[in-house]
Amino acid sequence: MSIEQKDIAKVATLARLAISTEEIDDTTDRINKVLNLVDQLQAADTDSIAPMAHPLDAVQRLRADSVTETNNRDGFQAIAPATEDGLYLVPKVID
Amino acid sequence: MHTKTFPNTIAELAAGLRAGEFTSVELTQHYLDRIQQLDSQYNSFITVTPELALQQAAAADTRLAAGDAPLLCGIPIAHKDLFCTAGIKTSCGSKMLDNFVPPYSATIVENYQRDGAVMLGKLNMDEFAMGSSNENSFYGPAKNPWDTERVPGGSSGGSAAAVAAQLAVATTASDTGGSIRQPASLCGLTGIKPTYGRASRYGMVAFASSLDQAGVITRSAEDAAIMLNTLASYDPKDSTSIDREVPDYTTDLGDDLNGLKIGVPKEYFEAGLDADTEKAVRNALAEYEKLGAELVEITLPHTHLAVPAYYVIAPAEASANLSRFDGVRYGYRCEDPQDLMDLYTRSRAEGFGQEVKQRIMVGAYALSAGYYDAYYKKAQQVRRLIKKDFVDAFEKVDVIMGPTCPNPAFKLGEKTADPVAMYLEDIYTISTNLAGLPGMSIPAGFSSGLPVGLQITGNYFDEAHMLNIAHRFQQVTDWHKQMPAEVQS
Repeated sequence: MSIEQKDIAKVATLARLAISTEEIDDTTDRINKVLNLVDQLQAADTDSIAPMAHPLDAVQRLRADSVTETNNRDGFQAIAPATEDGLYLVPKVID
Repeated sequence: MHTKTFPNTIAELAAGLRAGEFTSVELTQHYLDRIQQLDSQYNSFITVTPELALQQAAAADTRLAAGDAPLLCGIPIAHKDLFCTAGIKTSCGSKMLDNFVPPYSATIVENYQRDGAVMLGKLNMDEFAMGSSNENSFYGPAKNPWDTERVPGGSSGGSAAAVAAQLAVATTASDTGGSIRQPASLCGLTGIKPTYGRASRYGMVAFASSLDQAGVITRSAEDAAIMLNTLASYDPKDSTSIDREVPDYTTDLGDDLNGLKIGVPKEYFEAGLDADTEKAVRNALAEYEKLGAELVEITLPHTHLAVPAYYVIAPAEASANLSRFDGVRYGYRCEDPQDLMDLYTRSRAEGFGQEVKQRIMVGAYALSAGYYDAYYKKAQQVRRLIKKDFVDAFEKVDVIMGPTCPNPAFKLGEKTADPVAMYLEDIYTISTNLAGLPGMSIPAGFSSGLPVGLQITGNYFDEAHMLNIAHRFQQVTDWHKQMPAEVQS
């Protein structure tokens, strides 16, 4: 399988990455090299093989529903690009 | 530079500190001086923390004087810059996190603080641990102390270069597809990635969560055992951490190897392997026979599918993990965003480097509607086949050995043009991560004057045995004691 330039632009949008027209050529070329490598998988016989998500087939642990985190809002907001009154600021979303 | 000379292994330094031959403050100052004078050649550190290091060293000296201090107390180490350190920049080698000062520390960082290790600073790495040469760092490449025109390997390039140049006694690192073993191999060091789940991932910036595992790079297997004693722990804060007792990894180091069955996979000695690398590895295997081990030829038939499976699974997980970097709560934000979408897309485009963006896009593509079965599901199925290869092999043998890398350190810029050429660097290391097994690299000789590593892959949670196997080899060889001619303590 290979990917065309117009699909690269679409994937970039899905991944929330701005991509300039100058970058598209080289990016398409590099990603196609990777997809070409990955295509070797198609030759593998995987009938009746269950996909493996965790090497030890562990499952998510449950824990008691109790509060363990302490409030560190100031600590987290101190490293934010823009905050005001305890809120994170972004450009206006709704007029 | 200090006139005093110091030994360079944890084991020797711990003895020296206890015998009163030197203090941790003296030792730490010695390393800080070396970093200041020499690291411009190697670029192994992103951040050096001299004041904190000297404070920690003074505290360690007090603790040592009181007696009963842990073995690592007062030993100067450094952390790969993807482990969060409260109050100290944690960049992950990326412009995206160049301004990130985490409000908390990784569990493994806290483990080393608890045991009194002194932190010298944070180490260079490929951006978000994506790379095999350290050339993808926002801070420029780290250099290989054996030849500064060559790469130290990656992604833990700074972790390896710092130990090889004697700018830290030992370092922490992480391994998603070979990022500890390959740089250890290329820099003539001992590196171990424990079993998936053995060390906490809490506070380790995530790349591919089902593959990432913290580990260490040291000068010897004995030092690796000491470092691993502190690194390994069960952590309720990491949902993939395994609740299993941590043994003392130093206890069995000296056990004899009579009757040990070493599996030698034929797939690891096929076309593409450098001739002198093969020779060094074969010589090492012969050395093991002298120690009483038996070599058994085995097959890992799906080896050729490991790199392709990895380059679906790792980018897919990365595309999800790295979606958190959106310019809103922390990290880089672009100038003058026009609207929210512009803020997201431009902050990410400007904050991430080329390789990272490329992997995010490959991952987003592999997970997108219509392609999921052909890519992601297929890769996860192949992953099980790769694991089964190892499970079958471990029915016949105790441990698996082969080369860590197909070639010694390559030149800076040699493999940057073609991503696939770089990816194939990890051809022998990647399957270990897919299977979740522990893996190790130890020095085993030279090719064209550059270090060659022997890879040791063990069964699940068999780290103590692997360290024993590595230690016995290091008792009868001195490859691990070789140092680059230009690096003198």
